[in-house]
Amino acid sequence: MSQDSAPLKQTALNAIHRAQGAKMVDFGGWDMPVQYSSLVEEHHAVRRAVGLFDVSHMGEIDIRGPQALHLVERISSNWAQKLKIGQIHYSGLLYETGGFVDDILVHKVAEDHFFICVNAGNQEKDFAHIQAHNTFDATVELSSNRYTQIAVQGPRALETLQKLTKTPLAEIKYYWFVDGEVTGTPARIARTGYTGEDGFEIYFTPSESARIWRALMVAGEEFGVKPAGLGARNTLRLEAKMALYGHEIDASISPLEADLAWMVKLDKPDFVGRAALASQKDRLTRRLVGFQMTGRGIGRDGYEVQIGGAKAGWVTSGSPSPTLSATGTPKNIGLCYLPMQNTAVGTEFEILVRNQPVSAVVVPTPFYKRSKG
Amino acid sequence: MYPQNYSYTKEHEWVSVAGDIGTIGITHHAQKELGDIVYVDLPKLGVAITAHSTFGSVESVKAVSDIYSPVSGEVLEVNSLLATQPEKLNEDPHGEAWLVKVKLASPDETKGLMTAADYQQYIGE
Repeated sequence: MSQDSAPLKQTALNAIHRAQGAKMVDFGGWDMPVQYSSLVEEHHAVRRAVGLFDVSHMGEIDIRGPQALHLVERISSNWAQKLKIGQIHYSGLLYETGGFVDDILVHKVAEDHFFICVNAGNQEKDFAHIQAHNTFDATVELSSNRYTQIAVQGPRALETLQKLTKTPLAEIKYYWFVDGEVTGTPARIARTGYTGEDGFEIYFTPSESARIWRALMVAGEEFGVKPAGLGARNTLRLEAKMALYGHEIDASISPLEADLAWMVKLDKPDFVGRAALASQKDRLTRRLVGFQMTGRGIGRDGYEVQIGGAKAGWVTSGSPSPTLSATGTPKNIGLCYLPMQNTAVGTEFEILVRNQPVSAVVVPTPFYKRSKG
Repeated sequence: MYPQNYSYTKEHEWVSVAGDIGTIGITHHAQKELGDIVYVDLPKLGVAITAHSTFGSVESVKAVSDIYSPVSGEVLEVNSLLATQPEKLNEDPHGEAWLVKVKLASPDETKGLMTAADYQQYIGE
């Protein structure tokens, strides 16, 4: 143990995770549960029933004031003007170069108030970036300490959470939110998630964390609710092809390269990074693709990708797919960057797995899509 | 949990000796840390493995981890069960899911390893 390392930050649910037998890890400076029982069982609980995630390490930034919309439009690649009150969208917080400061969820609370959910490890950087571009009549507040965030995810998430709130959850559409209550505690209830399943992310005051977590465990008991750690969160989001900062996206990668062009509105007159993306648009050299291993091995994060024996890219995330492996033979999936001319579905290539080239093929994404209705 | 007649390494392997044959596996603690195991890579028959050197790997959903041999010797048998049912390593790491059997090059090598009591103290259980 090094003497100069800062103590790990803890969420308000730390003691509960430990009491539930979680294995804890250092995740970007936070002491977080990586798994409780079995990563695969937690993964399946979310796909088949309901799982609870403590995601209180995530950051929150409030932007308020008469020109709040102007500031959001300036710093965000998606079109905030098109959001209605109570609506949410995914967006990029970009540098002038077009690379990612972070990926964010923008919630429109009121005409003069936007609530932005950001990644844990990026929150100070994001806050400074937004402040630096605040030439408007708007105030920016890093409000992370005011919130515990719990993600209730899975096909039984609605039934589980509905037991604890009078807020009619079925009326909340996907990527919308309401400011309601959970067990009488004021809570922002958003129909969002990072798992590819239906579910909710709830934000409320940290002092009520333990009580609400326990209440959710009891409410979900009849469905087989499980607390789920960062391990399952990673395999779930990978199957749904959702980007993870530091893996699929970072300061050196643009949303166009990351296959996130849909959240870049180049017809918007101006936003940080627009010029770089407009010029990159028709001459992309690489793009993120999904792959499945055809040889025996798992192409993991950071492994080199080769075409014809020469380096052609790298794996951003790779793992066995618990959902695709649940029936039949085990399947290993991942995401990687490939040169544009090699990104077509069906393209075969190799991944260096512990210095051995192992075959993989480009496949359609997402790897998993829930059936609706 | 940890058989008294096995010897243990700091890298979380065990060896059980009968005559000049050593059976090698990973510990319950190791499988628990790794989580859901999906691949086990083991050497071929006849390969000479060396104490404290890596001779294979175990891969879980989360990560891949090298296996170090507690002893030196020639591989006599490889547990074929693990090729088709790697998850057995999570279920019975000290029994059915042993990894390899070797003909010991120098049976005295086990004297440098930990007893079950030492190992449990080492992992804090």
